Amino acid sequence: MGTLIEEIFSRKVGRPVQVGEILLLDVDYIMSHDNTTPLAIKAFRDIGKPIHDKHRIVIHFDHAYPAPNILAAENHKKIIEFVKEQGLPHLLHQGVCHQVMIEEGYITPGAIVIGADSHSNTYGAMGAFGTGLGSTEIGVAWVTGKCWFKVPETIRVELRGQTQPGVYAKDVMIHIAGLLGMDGGTYSSVEFGGEYIYNLPMHERIIFPNMSTEIGAKCGLIAADDVTINYLENETPAKGPFERIVPVNPRYERVLEVDVSVLAPQVACHPDVDNVKPLTEVEGLEVHEVYIGTCTNARYEDLEIVANMLKGKKVNPLVRVIVTPASDRIYRKALTNGLIDILMDAGCTVTGSGCGACIGRHGGILAPGERALTTMNRNFIGRMGSPLSEIYLASPATAAATALTGRITDPREYLMLNAER
Amino acid sequence: MSKVWTFGESMNTDEIIPGRYNITIDPLELAKNVFCEVKPDYAKTAKPGDIIVGGQNFGCGSSREHAPIAIKGSQAKCVIAASFARIFFRNAINIGLPILECPEAATDITEGDDVEVNLSTGEIFNCTNGHRYQANPLPEFILKIADAGGIVNFLKTHEIQELLA
Repeated sequence: MGTLIEEIFSRKVGRPVQVGEILLLDVDYIMSHDNTTPLAIKAFRDIGKPIHDKHRIVIHFDHAYPAPNILAAENHKKIIEFVKEQGLPHLLHQGVCHQVMIEEGYITPGAIVIGADSHSNTYGAMGAFGTGLGSTEIGVAWVTGKCWFKVPETIRVELRGQTQPGVYAKDVMIHIAGLLGMDGGTYSSVEFGGEYIYNLPMHERIIFPNMSTEIGAKCGLIAADDVTINYLENETPAKGPFERIVPVNPRYERVLEVDVSVLAPQVACHPDVDNVKPLTEVEGLEVHEVYIGTCTNARYEDLEIVANMLKGKKVNPLVRVIVTPASDRIYRKALTNGLIDILMDAGCTVTGSGCGACIGRHGGILAPGERALTTMNRNFIGRMGSPLSEIYLASPATAAATALTGRITDPREYLMLNAER
Repeated sequence: MSKVWTFGESMNTDEIIPGRYNITIDPLELAKNVFCEVKPDYAKTAKPGDIIVGGQNFGCGSSREHAPIAIKGSQAKCVIAASFARIFFRNAINIGLPILECPEAATDITEGDDVEVNLSTGEIFNCTNGHRYQANPLPEFILKIADAGGIVNFLKTHEIQELLA
């Protein structure tokens, strides 16, 4: 009995759990990437005990990959040597870690997955408990196979209605971030549900747990249903049977109800993710870079939206429009189906998959005084480069419309034109 | 007595140490750029034992442990905040950076105040205005990690199960 997180934790420990209780849980997968693994290796060496189960360890190269400088190359070298030394079976460099974790079938309903990356909350889209931790705890979990968690309170976000054309999951989630604020979900499990969520395909659902991080949540969860199971069975190598864990007589700390049918496209404005405005209030603001990428919004369907809007057109030549598919698999599918041709014909720069621009490491760094509109999930000062640059967050459709004009632009104008044709 | 440096609400880990500096894990190297964009004077002039005071949600954002390591590398005595973001809280405890949650102190203390902190009792004394504050106590199992100087030291001599024993 309980909220979704209580149900997941109860199954894991084999008895009902209580909010506030501290649990030591067996971890199914332990994720880290090239930015966070070196510190985990240091913690591992300092502890001085052997690895508990190497099959549970998954390491990705995505944050500074391919290496943009010698220090990054040294990190990769150090990690590869460690992987060889320990005989670790899962070293991946097929794209942004969270997307690859899902694509490769590591994430299944009810699983406990920790990651040395704050957006590990993403795994909640599959009904798994995913949460971000620091590197030292990753090193600890390599040795122990375990991690401690306090059973959190739950905030239920109940989403009703259907969005209007031109309004996407990203707009809805940005709106929720504005309502709850940057610390509105701190230490909580945020459970997303309601008819809007149940009708969404997986690539749109992922946005909500992914961005639950931006409101401080321990995890963001969506109960597994037919959409989840179909996705797992058809799109990933994950092996079933998959359990459909749902809340049972849940007691919520808070319930936030949102009617999504009244929403217009939203933008999270510089410098905070909860500085949210309807797009119309910032329409016309000049941008110097449009970045379509990251674990939030660079899936195949996102690229499809962008390609459909840019087909036969040219982006503003004074704007750098960078498209970074979230994974190699997505890149390849977009290539096979002609999306990459459309994007390149329109003047976009398409890069290999990875996180570089989103963390200001490489592949799209901003100069002082510049403004970017991106499909990322956070807009902290200096995130993409200069502390004197500005980041605005929006949907892929808004990014495509903005790429055409060089100013923040309502995608509905272009979507309607396309529909009329 | 320690000099206070204040850092406001929702001080995120990107501002504590920007992503481009996370290429090293050396605490002293990281400390050279800690808070470089929000308060460049800190890295240049802070003295060992100075105290960092933040508002609500200190350390929000990225999971990068480089943030508390950079602060520890700067030899700050501790961080006092009204509240901490969850990953930063865990990271700080795990690497042995003392943190005190005390909303009263976080609102009352101002930049440059001289403050005394008793890390074992959580008592904070503001020598500048004479006010005393009491930090929220840490749960017992967290104290086990803190008392060992971090989770790595704890595990050298204990099993993880002993945390909750």
